[in-house]
Amino acid sequence: MTGATLERGINAFKEQINAPVAAFFSSCVSCGICAEACLFYTETGDPKYTPIRKLEPLRRVWEQEYTLVGKIKRLLGFEKPVTDELLEEWRELLYDSCTLCGRCSMVCPVGNDIAYMVRRAREGMVASGNSPVDVQAAAVRAVTIGSPMGIKLKALETQIRNIEADTGLTIPLDVEGADYMALLSSMEVINFPEYIESLARIFKQAGISWTLCSEAFEATNTGIQIGSTDIARELVQRAVDGAEKLRVKYVISPECGHAYTAIRWDGPNLIGRPYKFRVVHILELLDELRANGRIKTRNPTNQCMTFHDPCSIVRKGGVLESPRNLMALVNSNFVEMPDHGKWNWCCGGGGGVSANTDAEELRTQVFRRKKLQLEATGATKLVTACANCRLVIEEGLEAYNMELPIEGLTELVAQHLIEDEIPSGTQDSS
Amino acid sequence: MIEPMDFLLWVRGSLFDVAVTVFVIGIIIRFFEILSLGRSKDLAEAKGTEFVPGIKTIITRTLPEQGTFKRQPLTIIAGYVFHVGLLVSLVLFIPHIELFRQTFGFGWPGLPNPIVDAAAVLGIVGLLAALWNRITNPVMKILTDNEDYLVWVLTFLPMITGYLAYHRMVNPYPLILGLHILSIELLMVFFPFTKLMHTFTLFLARWYNGAMSGRRGVES
Repeated sequence: MTGATLERGINAFKEQINAPVAAFFSSCVSCGICAEACLFYTETGDPKYTPIRKLEPLRRVWEQEYTLVGKIKRLLGFEKPVTDELLEEWRELLYDSCTLCGRCSMVCPVGNDIAYMVRRAREGMVASGNSPVDVQAAAVRAVTIGSPMGIKLKALETQIRNIEADTGLTIPLDVEGADYMALLSSMEVINFPEYIESLARIFKQAGISWTLCSEAFEATNTGIQIGSTDIARELVQRAVDGAEKLRVKYVISPECGHAYTAIRWDGPNLIGRPYKFRVVHILELLDELRANGRIKTRNPTNQCMTFHDPCSIVRKGGVLESPRNLMALVNSNFVEMPDHGKWNWCCGGGGGVSANTDAEELRTQVFRRKKLQLEATGATKLVTACANCRLVIEEGLEAYNMELPIEGLTELVAQHLIEDEIPSGTQDSS
Repeated sequence: MIEPMDFLLWVRGSLFDVAVTVFVIGIIIRFFEILSLGRSKDLAEAKGTEFVPGIKTIITRTLPEQGTFKRQPLTIIAGYVFHVGLLVSLVLFIPHIELFRQTFGFGWPGLPNPIVDAAAVLGIVGLLAALWNRITNPVMKILTDNEDYLVWVLTFLPMITGYLAYHRMVNPYPLILGLHILSIELLMVFFPFTKLMHTFTLFLARWYNGAMSGRRGVES
């Protein structure tokens, strides 16, 4: 992020414009429908948050560089230039008020994938030095320390020792030739270590050979959030190197939504080649184990529960049925929110927004959408599958004085798991 | 002063050829501008396919999502009314089809004139409603620039002149028919270089959206 200039920013915008982006800009008729899909507009009523408008800098570069009319306008001096002032003003629109949730991309009548373009526009913001300082700092921590939250291997090792001492389970670390390598998000290491315990419990019961990797345990990718291909590539490369060194067949994405986007969809394109392993989301894996009868559960509760679909997993990742199948294992009184599945509303903290203090007030304001959705269900427990969503929702509920316990789906499955009485010494990682 | 008849002959003759040429070449240029930018190959393992979901999205985006409709009914209804009215009067008006038949040697059955007339009225009303919406709706207001008004005028002129010509409301008839044709020529000349181009590029946009989502196993 050193040497960021307007010129570099404009070049980065140019590099990000491809045929889909050009088709999208060519098709927009300024109808404003996208605003109705965006919680930053619906909850504030401020039209400046209209999704397509957030792309004005990218649109100007497209028009000026890649259309005949734009070139003529520029020749005649009619063009609206992209300036430092413009980009500074647009920082709030491209970062604070967009979680890359992709809901606008689902409603645009002409089919514009607006979230796809916001992700691309952020590259120009980084290159011109207009990304938010907090997210920049998280990115620097991710590159230098190995985690956006500044968590080091030592912290993970401590958690592993604690879990092993408490439960008698084994958490395999750096086991070469294991079938699966699990990735984690820092938030799971620090805030929700139950997730790691749950993995160990479930995998032991299912007879899965798995491991964590000391050189690559962090799955979150600040580069994806801030919009820096260079940082994103470096972070993905670590996970790829770790997995290929341990010669695993599969890498398990943690629940965390954007981590899944990073490792599953963006990763191979960032490093410029397909992986030598496959990537599976933890919920997909659990659902597969369920379908194959490798895990069994008991005593589903009849407490009224609902599920918050993390945007990156469902709307952008296609993990839609798995969480519902898994909920059916553990709960017999499941209710859907008014808009759910691919129409779910974002928690308000995705796409780097939760790491951005500039956005804090706005994020709390727009959380009202989630609150209304939750209230409509009458559920007494919320289940989700993303540590970031979970923290953001916890904070949101607190701000609105609403009591609702939240749990991660993987943990919930582990709680209802039927475990063999005798520890099976055969669970090996070789 | 040129005589109305001379004016009509002029707009029907060489001017029409110029407009069609600009229209066709312009559209080719625009598609070239877009497609030549390319799209890099996606190296991530696919969860679904691209082609069929892309086609599906081309079709499904014609209908609004329920919640969105409830929040913005005017935009959506005015949009439908205008587009349907315009398409019916453009494609199913018998004189239009006859013109097409004379030029290309084939045609299709049209609708009775009173039905097309009603569709034209709906189209004009829809377009006026869309303009009203654009001026008053805060979201549309902030998005709207001069080009949006330009394309509104370019679309409105053929509709209103066509209506006036059909009902013989302007004398002499050759004058209003000539103005109708002139307004269409204006529309054609501007078409490739303005937002009117969405008529064609939306198929591309919807396809990309559906295909990129379909690859991830998402129905968009």
